[in-house]
Amino acid sequence: MRATPTPDLMLEPAFDAAGSGRDAIGASSLANKGLNTRHGTILTLEEINVSFDGFKALSNLTLYIGVGELRCIIGPNGAGKTTMMDVITGKTRPDNGVAYFGETLDLTQMSEVAIAQSGIGRKFQKPTVFEALSVFENLELAQKTNKSVWASLRAKLSGEQQDRIDEVLQTIKLDNSRQRPAGLLSHGQKQFLEIGMLLVQDPQLLLLDEPVAGMTDAETEFTAELFKSLARKHSLMVVEHDMGFVGSIADHVTVLHQGSVLAEGSLEQVQNDERVIEVYLGR
Amino acid sequence: MTMPLNQTLLARASAKLGPQASISIGLLVLLVLLAMPVLHLLPADNALHISAYSLTLVGKILCYCIVALALDLVWGYAGLLSLGHGLFFALGGYAMGMYLMREAAGDGLPAFMSFLAWTELPWYWTGTDNFLWALCLVVLAPGLLALVFGYFAFNSRIKGVYFSIMTQALTFAGMLLFFRNETGFGGNNGFTNFKTILGFDITATHTRAVLFLATVLLLVASLYLGWRLARSKFGRVLTALRDAENRLMFCGYDPRGYKLFIWVLSAVLCGLAGALYVPQVGIINPSEMSPTNSIEAAVWVALGGRGTLIGPLLGAGLVNGMKSWFTVAFPEYWLFALGFLFIVVTLFLPKGVIGLLRKKGEQ
Repeated sequence: MRATPTPDLMLEPAFDAAGSGRDAIGASSLANKGLNTRHGTILTLEEINVSFDGFKALSNLTLYIGVGELRCIIGPNGAGKTTMMDVITGKTRPDNGVAYFGETLDLTQMSEVAIAQSGIGRKFQKPTVFEALSVFENLELAQKTNKSVWASLRAKLSGEQQDRIDEVLQTIKLDNSRQRPAGLLSHGQKQFLEIGMLLVQDPQLLLLDEPVAGMTDAETEFTAELFKSLARKHSLMVVEHDMGFVGSIADHVTVLHQGSVLAEGSLEQVQNDERVIEVYLGR
Repeated sequence: MTMPLNQTLLARASAKLGPQASISIGLLVLLVLLAMPVLHLLPADNALHISAYSLTLVGKILCYCIVALALDLVWGYAGLLSLGHGLFFALGGYAMGMYLMREAAGDGLPAFMSFLAWTELPWYWTGTDNFLWALCLVVLAPGLLALVFGYFAFNSRIKGVYFSIMTQALTFAGMLLFFRNETGFGGNNGFTNFKTILGFDITATHTRAVLFLATVLLLVASLYLGWRLARSKFGRVLTALRDAENRLMFCGYDPRGYKLFIWVLSAVLCGLAGALYVPQVGIINPSEMSPTNSIEAAVWVALGGRGTLIGPLLGAGLVNGMKSWFTVAFPEYWLFALGFLFIVVTLFLPKGVIGLLRKKGEQ
């Protein structure tokens, strides 16, 4: 069920050397447990349309993310980046189109909670953490485990879970603030905490909306390293305006414009693309 | 957003400050409460004797404390402001009242039905002469109503002020329904003239003492339950739900189940409180469902300090203590005083009395 004609720069995973390479070496098995990623594609969006009161937020958007890929999405304001994330996480239902997670999970039919449980994690544009809870408790809640009411009533952290949280606390450099209420963290620390919450959630696909907004240069650099180490084990989709950051992490960059894909390729390729220049410089 | 945050910060600070002090005060209060029914049993000329009036008054306030605690579980922890908890309280009370009416009527029909010239009991009165079934009704009536209402409200993602308005409308509708004679609950007179409970004279000193003790036990049990819940992961999920519901959903939690659980639990606690209230006070009528009663309960919680377990108890105790004094001293000014109190608390004590005490403790 692949949409046939792909623009010159679009990466159809079936023909994408890197993608099939991953599949060939069995990297698809990294996307573990029950998620069928036989063709090395973790996310399939085809011909997605979303309109709000006549305004087309997404029009015929077609996009594939490979297993273990780190994809950056750029585009001017109003290009539909956040709407696309809303569609993937079930917050917004597309008017029509196909959205699959792996080969079998139809995202357009699943609830937000079911999507999150199946392995898609999302970081919001504005850092959103549970302010009244401590850093540790934030991670505890986010951690991958049975999240039903009954399970929560009798939940006790196992040693293993405790270790995992400690490990993530070290990774996001909040080890010393573990008992601090999250509401007292700085903006950058909240960003890291939210990333940490995604890490303990252990999703196969991470959607990150402007993760380095408001971070210092050092923090941005550190985030870039972190994301690069996450790719391969996880698939990442990063929406970002900071071109320096995009350049330092991305395998592939997708440019969105007016709700559809304008160009796709390496950062260099898209930066030299005539249409992209036109959109960004407004000629 | 910042208010609940500060509240929890304060709670943490004071937890470090002097848990021992608060525990000893709590134990002292508990001892006094346990001693009260015993003192009531003393002969009336004894200096330490406690009158039936005082015992009933405190028993009544303890029932209100349970309501305040139940309301705080949904409002302070889960962020769902209910302005209709009086309905659940009254339903529990009516269920108990049905049993008491049957007991008083013996083999005949309850008096109000005879006045209406009814010849047989409506079907929903079946089995209410059985105390155990009445106890089941005490739990089931508020519990099922809360379950159905909550299921639809939370499934439709009704939140915030819309939720509050709906709960207010619900209790108002309940009141109008119970005011009708045809509903079969005694119309605007409700139930009164109870005689016995389980065969014991309802006004006897021993009966009063036992009812009072049962109320203290229920309060302690609710407090323990609330404490366990607040300390569990469930409690932390509720706090998260209150502050950032979307984030919680993207963490893979379905908020509906969590809301429904705490909502139904809270309603059942209210029902139990109502069931203990009725035999002590000796009357239940639809005015218990009036919206102002439910709003008053919200005032108790706000005044005491929401999001804490002790705050609502303090609030319910203070307001009702003041109320019983005021309604004797200046009966016509009570509602003004209540309104004034609420304004003062909202403006100057966002964390309630408990917040004030903790601030004092820190200085």
